[in-house]
Amino acid sequence: MSDTDQTMAVLTTQDGVPLKVSIRRALRAQKIRALLLVAPLFLFILLSFVAPIADMLFRSVENDIVPNTLPQTVVAIELWDENSGELPGEDVYAALAADLQVATKSKTHTRVGSRLNYEKPGTSSLFRKTGRRVNKFEDGNYKEQFLKADKKWGDVEYWQVIKRFSSPLTGGYFLAASDAERTADGVQLKAEDERIYLLLFGRTLMLSITITASCILLGYPIAWLLASLPLRSSNLLMILVLLPFWTSLLVRTSAWKVLLQQQGVINDTLVWLGIVGDESRLALINNQTGTIIAMTHILLPFMILPLFSVMKTISPTYMRAAKSMGATDWYAFWRVYFPQTIPGIGAGSILVFILSIGYYITPELVGGTSGIFISNRIAYHISSSLNWGLAAALGVMLLVLVMTLYWLYDRIVGIDNVKLG
Amino acid sequence: MKLRSILIAATALAVGSTSVFAEDMTIVSWGGAYSSSQNNAYHKPYMAENPGVNIINDESSAEAVAKLRAMNEAGNVTWDVVDVVAADAIRLCDEGLAEVIDPAKDLAAAPDGTSAADDFGDLLVSECFIPQIVYSTTFGYRTDKVGDTPPTDICAVFDTEKYPGKRALEKRPINNMEWALICDGVAKADVYDVLDTPEGVDRALAKLGSIKDDVIWWSSGSETPQLLADGEVVMGSTYNGRLFALIEEDKQPIGMLWDAQVFDLDGWIIPAGLSPERLAAAKKYIMFATDTQRLADQAKYISYGPARKSSAPLVGKHAELGIDMAPHMPTDPNNAKNTFLYNYEWWADNRDDLDAKFQAWLAK
Repeated sequence: MSDTDQTMAVLTTQDGVPLKVSIRRALRAQKIRALLLVAPLFLFILLSFVAPIADMLFRSVENDIVPNTLPQTVVAIELWDENSGELPGEDVYAALAADLQVATKSKTHTRVGSRLNYEKPGTSSLFRKTGRRVNKFEDGNYKEQFLKADKKWGDVEYWQVIKRFSSPLTGGYFLAASDAERTADGVQLKAEDERIYLLLFGRTLMLSITITASCILLGYPIAWLLASLPLRSSNLLMILVLLPFWTSLLVRTSAWKVLLQQQGVINDTLVWLGIVGDESRLALINNQTGTIIAMTHILLPFMILPLFSVMKTISPTYMRAAKSMGATDWYAFWRVYFPQTIPGIGAGSILVFILSIGYYITPELVGGTSGIFISNRIAYHISSSLNWGLAAALGVMLLVLVMTLYWLYDRIVGIDNVKLG
Repeated sequence: MKLRSILIAATALAVGSTSVFAEDMTIVSWGGAYSSSQNNAYHKPYMAENPGVNIINDESSAEAVAKLRAMNEAGNVTWDVVDVVAADAIRLCDEGLAEVIDPAKDLAAAPDGTSAADDFGDLLVSECFIPQIVYSTTFGYRTDKVGDTPPTDICAVFDTEKYPGKRALEKRPINNMEWALICDGVAKADVYDVLDTPEGVDRALAKLGSIKDDVIWWSSGSETPQLLADGEVVMGSTYNGRLFALIEEDKQPIGMLWDAQVFDLDGWIIPAGLSPERLAAAKKYIMFATDTQRLADQAKYISYGPARKSSAPLVGKHAELGIDMAPHMPTDPNNAKNTFLYNYEWWADNRDDLDAKFQAWLAK
């Protein structure tokens, strides 16, 4: 009897605490312990991976250098109608003089000049030149003095650029990254001979898909051979796969140059065999063909290894069973073996595709003009032009593109269908 | 802002991690034969004179601009002296990433008492920049593939009928645009006025377009020597020192086409944001390494002209080959009959814009 009474009442432990509370306490301690164990890695990833990327991405819209360096000008220029075709009033010139006098002390005027030079070439030298003069300006009549320092101050376009980029956040980098610009008539695509980024995005995508496809075509038979050969020979083959994988990227790329160029080994052999004429040597490098060949070779191990580890787990009895029931070789392969390798193809394809979409050294060296990727332009803006805002905007677009493709992949193939072994 | 500094510090640490001890001095340069010429001409004698200093060579000049900005934002500058080309020095100076130098105070006068400012003259193109060498971008050609009439004129590059075969040009607008206009009939003095207009840019691109199918575009200075040596191109532009090595050290059948060579400068900057002690040490090194004798010494190891006028008469023989270096200098009167001086200010303004146009043109 007493047993049923107890179950009706609240369950307590021996010291009278309700069981639920006690369990929760014990679990909480466990959770905290688990969290503490994860914390170092989590913090590390947060600090060294997520945060820097977020910071870099934020640069794609950041523009506070203009309002910070030219605070009075930004306020004064607000009232000026940029489409009037007339120069701003004396008050704006006075404000700019005051701002520049402060800025020259900390040498930030040239930084604003560089920033605005991305939007309007000529601004860089305009600010540098004016910075040298501005501290000698006399009070009053600033407009005249500015025009004397540099006649570009009489050009409305420079003032329009200052006004357009006076807010602390800007969409200008994203516009530039999609080959567009803001004009007096609103947002427009740039002149045809200046469009480049959309073309490069498209090309990056197409070439990456081609490279992934050729990796599947070349990698699949090798992985199958690796998985089905006896251990001794398959180990040797594995070393042959891994050896180039361990060789420096630059060495491999340079080797391709020697092989593929018009006076190179492959062309020489073809000419010697009489397959192509001496005058019509094949152009295998410094174009898209070069990029595809070299990158397929470099990324092949990333396709072979996941394929191999998936194939390794497929028991040979399935094929034997299929054949014993009368399937032809091809039918058994296509209906029994191949479907089981799809997770490996999926994993390999994702690896190869994502790696190739961000490649830039190999395309730069063997791609000539038609085989370069969007990452080459990102690298240029990071390391050469110092236009990190535009580089960040291009990076964001690339990231969004990759994530969209990943989402599509998940919808169509299913990410659960990916296996690394 | 603070969080950001920490973040960038973490990144910069990962990127350019070179530990700095009190007596260590990290000097950044281009690597290869160039760094070793600096090592022989500057670093070794400096360390012999100052036993307390240990110079560490870092070969990161190619990424110097980006790394210096990252270090500066992180407030953790690990480099003491950096070797950059003049155009990058101007950019670094504009961005406030390089220390301003006072030639009267920070640089040694010439032995005859000429002030450093006069001795370097026009080559002091930025107030942060201490020139070291004059190099030139010029053409080399295969002597065995041009018949009996080797090219003497820059416009041979655009003459595919007389000199058939591929050419190597740099994958950027600088220099190529100027050469194209000169060969399209523009006077040297008017090149930048013409290039300042959209029509001028189109004109230069059209001229380059006439040989576009015959060009292999290079992005690293080592590519043209390789392409020339393999006979892949009949002529190609690169830095004169690379061609010197190809001709004199590797004994390849290559000739120099000095016509319309474009002079450029390479030299030192001191990064902004150093502690007072490190700044003083860096300035002491600069004072030593850019004096008349030291600049002349460097020419023993590499065929780049010293940036001081007073160094020119002191240029001697190559340290290993034993040949006279003077005739191989881009500044030698025989080589400098027709030279082109690159306009730094114009390119600082137009480099990014024109590069976008140029790349779009290339991609088509």
